[in-house]
Amino acid sequence: MDGNSIVATDLSRRHFIVTLATAAGGLMIGIGATPRRAEATTVAAAPWDESAYAPNEIDAWIAINPDDSILIRYQRAEMGQGSMTAVPMMLAEELQCDWSKVRIEYASPNRNLRENKVYGDMFSNGSRSIKGSQQKVQQVGASARERLIAAAATRWNVAPQECSAANSVVTHAATGRTLRYGELAADAAKIKLDKEPAIKTPDQYTFIGKPMPRVDVVHKIDGSAKFGIDAQVPGMVFAAIIACPVPGGKLASVDESPLAGAPGIVKVVRLPDAVAVVATGSFWRAKQALAKLQPEWDVGAAGSVDSTQLSRDFRVALDGEAQMARNEGNVDAAMPGAAKTYEAVYETPYLSHSPMEPMNATVHLQPDRLDVWVGTQDALEATEAAAKYAGLSPEQVYIHNCFVGGGFGRRDANDEVAQAIAIAKVVQQPVKLVWTREEDTRHDKFRPHAVVRFKAGVGADGVPTAWSMRVVTSSILNSAGRVFPGMKGPEPMSVAGLANNGYVIPNQRIDAVIKNTHLPVWFWRAPGANQHVFAIESFLDEIATAGGLDPYQLRRKLLAGKPDWLKVLDTAAEKGDWGKPLPKGSGRGIAICEDTGSLCAQVAEVTVSPEGKVKVNRVTVALDTRYQVNPLTIAEQVEGGVIFGLSAALYGKITIKNGVPEQGNFDTYRMVRLAEAPKIDVHLVPSGGKAWGGAGEPATPPISGAVANAIFAATGKRIRTLPIIDHDLSSSSA
Amino acid sequence: MITITVNGTRHELDLEPDTPLLWALRDVVGLTGTKFGCGIAQCGACTVHINGVAMRSCSVPIARLDGAAVTTIEGLSPDGKHPVQQAWLAEDVPQCGYCQSGQIMATAAFLKQNPNPTDADIDANITNICRCGTYERLRRAIHRAADLMKA
Repeated sequence: MDGNSIVATDLSRRHFIVTLATAAGGLMIGIGATPRRAEATTVAAAPWDESAYAPNEIDAWIAINPDDSILIRYQRAEMGQGSMTAVPMMLAEELQCDWSKVRIEYASPNRNLRENKVYGDMFSNGSRSIKGSQQKVQQVGASARERLIAAAATRWNVAPQECSAANSVVTHAATGRTLRYGELAADAAKIKLDKEPAIKTPDQYTFIGKPMPRVDVVHKIDGSAKFGIDAQVPGMVFAAIIACPVPGGKLASVDESPLAGAPGIVKVVRLPDAVAVVATGSFWRAKQALAKLQPEWDVGAAGSVDSTQLSRDFRVALDGEAQMARNEGNVDAAMPGAAKTYEAVYETPYLSHSPMEPMNATVHLQPDRLDVWVGTQDALEATEAAAKYAGLSPEQVYIHNCFVGGGFGRRDANDEVAQAIAIAKVVQQPVKLVWTREEDTRHDKFRPHAVVRFKAGVGADGVPTAWSMRVVTSSILNSAGRVFPGMKGPEPMSVAGLANNGYVIPNQRIDAVIKNTHLPVWFWRAPGANQHVFAIESFLDEIATAGGLDPYQLRRKLLAGKPDWLKVLDTAAEKGDWGKPLPKGSGRGIAICEDTGSLCAQVAEVTVSPEGKVKVNRVTVALDTRYQVNPLTIAEQVEGGVIFGLSAALYGKITIKNGVPEQGNFDTYRMVRLAEAPKIDVHLVPSGGKAWGGAGEPATPPISGAVANAIFAATGKRIRTLPIIDHDLSSSSA
Repeated sequence: MITITVNGTRHELDLEPDTPLLWALRDVVGLTGTKFGCGIAQCGACTVHINGVAMRSCSVPIARLDGAAVTTIEGLSPDGKHPVQQAWLAEDVPQCGYCQSGQIMATAAFLKQNPNPTDADIDANITNICRCGTYERLRRAIHRAADLMKA
């Protein structure tokens, strides 16, 4: 046995768990461990490897033990959105099992590769964890149930059609005989069905649709939940990193002499665009040493870019060459006949994702094997990317996905994984790379900057008959190096929230100019919509208020004949007390959008003090996700989505000076805190239909428009750029 | 050598004295429930109790802690059943969960001082950042925990 294989054995998942258990002084839940609470399923950052198939597997998804406890594997990433609860609920709906005996763990991306993609795709983005899993996991659950029934029928020598399954028990109705799943699992595992059973249709659901507590909470109240940053691998060293402060720039040189004689320094690692210091003992030591270095950077022309210039360039580009996203009727022909026309330009800044867990990755690179501990939104893609970075085959890569300490789109770029592997290649021992908060903010891949120019013509009644929207923004697909196959026109994110507006206006034209800068841009909770819905819903508010129309009633008129849109709009307005009197200095605003196939309307109630301080008192939300698996976690996503959007609306901006993102930490990149959080009333109004909607994102886009419109109602001041805090709203201002 | 007691166990720390408690806990003592969020005492993800007082451990160098008694989220209760933890479970507070150790530790210390908090008291004292925006449930859970502590 050579040294490498010994190390590989030492890094099996059991050893990792043991390490964690010892260090944490508590129980690390893994395969074979008993759930701590009967009512709760449990999860772990426990990695899986090829030596660790669970005993009593029915298939790659499900294991049923003789004591009736059930293990369900979950193929997505839990980053707070609750799909670790909701996806297995869909499987359990078909399996007809006792939910209180279910335990849930991450599916292995490595096994997925080895077993012909038995888990399918594994990403959590685009609010697709539910709708992208529904048919597959229902089929998995139904199939296992039928095999358990077949096993019982064989045991009793009766026809399977005479048997039924419920609550982890198969019953033969005619004789009243029963067998528990735990008694049948071994037989069921050997059964192959002639034909896959049909899955339930939504009208047949009995479990899906019930509000169920999250399965991960038990681990998130006692410190036992393991995030990527919590990985502890024997022999590991710590890395701190600084990339070129101007994104895209290169490292020219770095003088190591300031570290001479410093204890515990393993290595200064030079990457093409970054410097890392690797140290023993603690991350702090690495970080302090890194701070002593003064790297020289080659920043190129981007080193002279600043926000004022970017804003000017984007506005100039409004007259550039655009790609058509939607063109109905004839806007140019209709405008001259309008009773009145309106024009306005809206602008939204770069934003950082800023998940609470800074970017990090822990890697152990060996000649024939790579282990990576990370919280990623796409463990399968991370496997393939890591293989490429390491020069290994994907089957040699083990991504041990952990709880994700906030994703919001940030955690599927793998840039931290690439860095950690590059460092590990140099130091040749397990290494944990952690970004400081400043590094996390400044080397985010940002929500793009965008400018939108609106033009509208209205009839004598003030109702728009034509409108056009021209966007200037940057290409996320270009930053990501991705292509959407068959894409025509501008990339969907560039016009999201605009091109899919629901308003029945006969003449509409929406197009986009793509203008890329040196700043990488990325998917940020409800890409495109998170900024464009602010713009379009504010502009429509301008049209309404200028024409003396009620903003809610104008929207009703423009959504006539669309019962699902009207339902969310009316629900938000009614529950949000639209039209009821408010004291001076207070106002209500309304906004609505379609996002990820769902509809969301919000009414915000704000008070603006004479000094111009904005307090959002209350937000009323109506959400139509078409179908819902777990209304509890959907409501939580609405609450969180509103706060996420509110931080952006009130405070969020990344500004650029000399090419460098200026904000670095929460003192300059401000977040909504508890004291500023409004009361949020959530009303879920699923309308059914053919397609399922998403839940994680649609509550984020409307809040900025709803708040800005409420500020207008309270003060008469129109907000056309974000964040709101940049505007003087005091009663003495013009 | 600096000696601290963490959750009842003595640890001798052979580290640079400017090392913040946070990194001593996470990287040396091996308790990772206390989280790194900002490093400048802005977010509160690293909140622990030092001699019974809630502190942001990212900004407390161990040099100041010789002989101190530290309680982390792992030591808040032997069985995860501290009233604050029970309230968090009942209200389904955490989403990603990363900030919640700090939220819970901040709340546990706060309720000891303010057993009957008003919303205004909570606003003034619980200032930790939650990026997932769990504030609605967090506030409810603080009130519920206060009730549980009285029961």
